[in-house]
This record gives sequence, C-alpha cells and structure tokens, in this order.
Amino acid sequence: MNVLQRILPPRLRPIALFAILSLLPAAVRSPYFLHLMILVLLWVAIGAGWNILAGYAGQVSFGAAAFFGAGAYASGLLAVKAGMSPWWGLAVGPAVAVLLAFPFGALTFPLRGAYFALATLALGEIMRHVATIWESLTEGMVGILILRTFASESPYYYMALALAAASVGCVEWIVRSRLGFYLVSIREDQDAAASIGIPTTRYKMIALSLHALLTGMAGALYMCYMGYIDPKVAFSLHDISIMAILVTIVGGVGTAYGPVLGAFVMVFLQEAFRTGGFGALDAVNKALEWRVLDWAIPYIKQAHVLAFGVLVVIVILAMPNGLLGGWARHKGRKRQAAVCSE
Amino acid sequence: MDVFLQTLVAGVLKGGLYALIGAGMTLIMGVMRIINLAHGQMMMVAMYITYVCFHYWGLDPYLALFISMPALFLLGVGIQKYTLNPLLKAESLLPENQVLMTVGIGMVLTEVIRFIFTSNYLSVKTGYSDAAFFLGRISFSVALTIAFGIACAITAFLFWLLVKTDLGRSIRAVAQDEEAAALMGIHVERIRSTAMGLGAALAAAAGTLLLPVYYLYPDIGGPFTRRAFIITVLGGLGSTVGAIGGGLVLGLAEAFGATYIGMASEEMVGLIIFLAVLLFLPEGLKRLTRV
Repeated sequence: MNVLQRILPPRLRPIALFAILSLLPAAVRSPYFLHLMILVLLWVAIGAGWNILAGYAGQVSFGAAAFFGAGAYASGLLAVKAGMSPWWGLAVGPAVAVLLAFPFGALTFPLRGAYFALATLALGEIMRHVATIWESLTEGMVGILILRTFASESPYYYMALALAAASVGCVEWIVRSRLGFYLVSIREDQDAAASIGIPTTRYKMIALSLHALLTGMAGALYMCYMGYIDPKVAFSLHDISIMAILVTIVGGVGTAYGPVLGAFVMVFLQEAFRTGGFGALDAVNKALEWRVLDWAIPYIKQAHVLAFGVLVVIVILAMPNGLLGGWARHKGRKRQAAVCSE
Repeated sequence: MDVFLQTLVAGVLKGGLYALIGAGMTLIMGVMRIINLAHGQMMMVAMYITYVCFHYWGLDPYLALFISMPALFLLGVGIQKYTLNPLLKAESLLPENQVLMTVGIGMVLTEVIRFIFTSNYLSVKTGYSDAAFFLGRISFSVALTIAFGIACAITAFLFWLLVKTDLGRSIRAVAQDEEAAALMGIHVERIRSTAMGLGAALAAAAGTLLLPVYYLYPDIGGPFTRRAFIITVLGGLGSTVGAIGGGLVLGLAEAFGATYIGMASEEMVGLIIFLAVLLFLPEGLKRLTRV
C-alpha cells in the first residue's frame, strides 16, 4: 500500500476532487481560466452521457450534436420567441432532447454497428439542416443572441460543476445498478442479452434518454452562458458529436472518470494550440534576440484543428482504451507480473 | 416538360460521377467492413493535386487524372498500412474505433490542405468549363458529359479488374471470407491496402473530373463524404452494382430536389433518402438486383 492510498483512499478521491473544484473560483480570479473550466465541466457532462450510451451500452453514436443543439435551441427560443427567462431552458431543453430521443432511437436502434453510427450521423446532420433552413423559427444562420444574466463567470461555473457532478454520479450509480449490468451485456453481445430475456431495445432507449438528458442540459447551460448560438455551433459534427466521442475515448471508454480526465485534456490541449501555449510561445519569442518564431507562431495558432485531427489519430493508435483504460491495463499487467514472480 | 428533361439530364450526368465515388467507397467497405469517413477528403486532396497540375504546369484536368489517381492510390495504401491495419490488432472495447480513425484522417487531410492553400475558393477554368451543346432544347454541359463518359469507362475497367484478374478475385475473396482467403494463400493485409488504394484512386478520378465545373475549397470533402456513405448504404454495403445504381439515384434525387423544392434542400434530400433506405430497404438496392 503506497502513501497516496493511505492519505486518500479511493473512496474519498471523488469527494476531494469535488471539493477542490468547488473552491476553485475563490482561489483563481482569472475569468479566462474559469471560462475554460466551465467548458471542461460541460464536456464532462456530455462525455458522461455519451459514455452511458456508447461505453456501457455499446451504441457508438455520431449524433450527440442533435441533443446538444435541441437543448441549446429550446433555451434560446424560449428567451427570444416566448420572452421567458432562458433559465427555463434548463428544464425545457433536456425535456425536448429526451422527446427527440424517442423517434431518434426508434429510427436507429434496429440498426447495428456501422449502420447505427451512420444513421446517427445523418440524424445529427438533418437537425443542422433543419435549423439552418427553418428560418422563421430558428433565425437560420443569423443565430440566436441573448443577454447573459450574470456578468461574472462563477455562477455559471457552479451550475456547470453541479451538472458535471450529477452526470458522473449518474454513471457511478448506473455502473453499480442492474441497469449497468444490462447495458454492458448488450454491449458485449446483444443477441445473447436478448436470449436471456433482457429487453434490449428498452434498455438501449433508457441509455439514449440519459445521454439526451445530460447533453440537452449541457446545451441549455451553454446557451445561457455563451449567449449566442447558430446552427453551425450548436449542431456541429466535429465540434460537438466527434468531440463528445473524443473526450470519452481519450479518457477511457466505459469508465466513470474517463470523460472527466478526457474533458480536461481535450479542452486544455485545444486551447493551448489556439493560444500558442497560452502565450508562452510569444514570451519565448520576445525573449529571443533573433525572432525565429515570428513566422512560425501564426501557423501554430492556425493549426489547432490540425492538432485535433492528429490527436484523434494518435489516441486511437496508441491508446485504444483511453488514458484511464490504458492505466488500468498497465497496473493489471504489473500485478500479473508480480503474481507470476511470486 | 423541358424543365423535367433538363433536370433528368443534369441528375444522370452528376449521378455518373457519384457512382464513381460510391464504387470506391463500397470497395473499401466490402473488403475492410468499415465506413471510410475520409472518402470525400481524399477526393478533395485529388482535386487540389489537379488544381496544382493545371495552375502551375498548365496540364489539362483530364490528363491530370494520370497524376492524381496514382498519387491517391499511394495515399490510400499508406493510410491503410500505417493507421488502419495496426488498429485491427489492437484490443478495444469499441470496434468503431476504425470509423473514428477515418474521421481523424479526414480532419488531418482537410487541415493540411488548408495550411498549404488557405481557405480561399479556387477554380480551374478551361475552355470547355462553361461550354454546352444542345440536343433538341436540352443543354448538355460539355465538361460534365466528357466526365460522365470517362466515369463510365473507369467503372467498366473496375468491373473488368474485379471479375477477370487475379487481383480482383483476391479482393472479392477477402471481402467474402478473410480467413478462408488467407488459407488459400492470399496476403490479406496487402489486399486490404490495395483495395483502400483503389477506392482512393476512384475518388480521385471523380474529384478530378468534377473540378472543371466545380469550385474548390478545403471543406468540400465533408459533403462528398456524406454523399459517398449515402450512396454506399443506398446500394447495399459492399455491392458495386448497387453503388452505381445508388449514385444515379442520389444524383437524380438531388437534381429534382434542387429544381422542385429549392437549392437549400439539396443535401437534405440525400439524408432523408438515406434514412428511408435504412428503414424500409435495409439491404439497399442489392436486395432488388441480387448482385
């Protein structure tokens, strides 16, 4: 037993993480850092939702953007068209997303594997086209602009933290419940699961509804926080659907804390590229007498999408089960080696 | 009536090129059993190669076929060999990793091109880009008609390759049963790479043929990837004949959608057909043609 385990037993670690995160706004005053943290927490929620559907139930969906956008648009349209507070969106957004999940599931669940992935991808894209074309409702590409309720970042931070904690808690609960075992059995072998009497379609539907609920809630909160959406932002294939997959895969598919780690890594890595190492590159450049980096920096800053793509390739090649999955396997191997040597 | 016939002609001409894209995708699908979501992006790379050939060396786009197709063949082989084949050996919870990998490759291709050429719209203007001839009152775009002809020739060549040659038999054998093929002495990994290369080269042909009538920008790959998977599913996964039918159906549907519903719905029509096929004809046109 090492020192870390004695000071902080695994059972207390989530509580410690939560405590540190909830004290963060008091310790760090930088609004920019809090902004990044809010994005991280929103991605934790989306990643956890996707993990329920794909990591546990094995239904790899490329359509997370459909629910994110539905939640965001429900919240924004309530404010703009009905003149209500966008905060109602936090209740209405997830409800709309879950309602959307029913036809979504009915259409896609008869399909398997690559067919399912493509059908969800197509549904997400159809939603984006509808939001673009139906201008009388959604304002089309003009987008929806609302005023933020709070000027400071910290109220949003706490809401995002609550959402993220609830999502991770939800996954933790599912893993231990009968539902979780059912979902994993569907992932491992759907026909076998059906043959022992698990109503597979119903349980896949439950997983999809939870996914839609969490993603829709994150979308509504995003609307309240950012104050602006358009179809390209809210229904983006790359920036929402693929990002949801990446957050989970980088962290570890089918692990409760994988998406938490993945969200941190992905958001901060992307931001590091966008800003040239958070301004570190600029500083190095200034310190150097001979401005070698002058021509390189604009290119590096432009390359954040390229870096994102390269990251996808590297992550899948090197860590098919993510950081946490790879770590668990590494520890398992060490333990095995220890047992063998004894 | 003229509008209808004109739309029909436009749809068939476009459909011929779509068939080429779909045939490439379905070849990859048949052998690897994955959806190549970088297909449109490969096509985009070929279009840029053609653009460079035309712009800097004054090479006619149709002659550039002889550069863009081999180049993309090599790119496809490289992608398969160094990124997709290693994945087959890795143990993972989710078999869809390969699909996600092709998404990542597509992003890398798009961004590398954006890096080199920026996001500006480019186009290749040849003497025949805007030319047209008339049969009765129906106009035929010269560039599209030539492209349609070449597309038919390439498709015929593909059939000859698949049906008559050793390589084609090996590809079909791997598509049918990998293990049995390996037992018969077929180098399965090499066949996979070759099939990926052929698929990429077919996409390259479609891209090069489209260029004289199309404008070019790095993000053009996305819509074509979507078309490619719609065609593949429409035709029945892995069926080459089906893919050609699927290409024609999609070309016609887009043309009629654009004429009678509105330009904005061009892409929607394809996606809705896609869903309808998944729901009502899950095996695609393959089921009707039995090939």
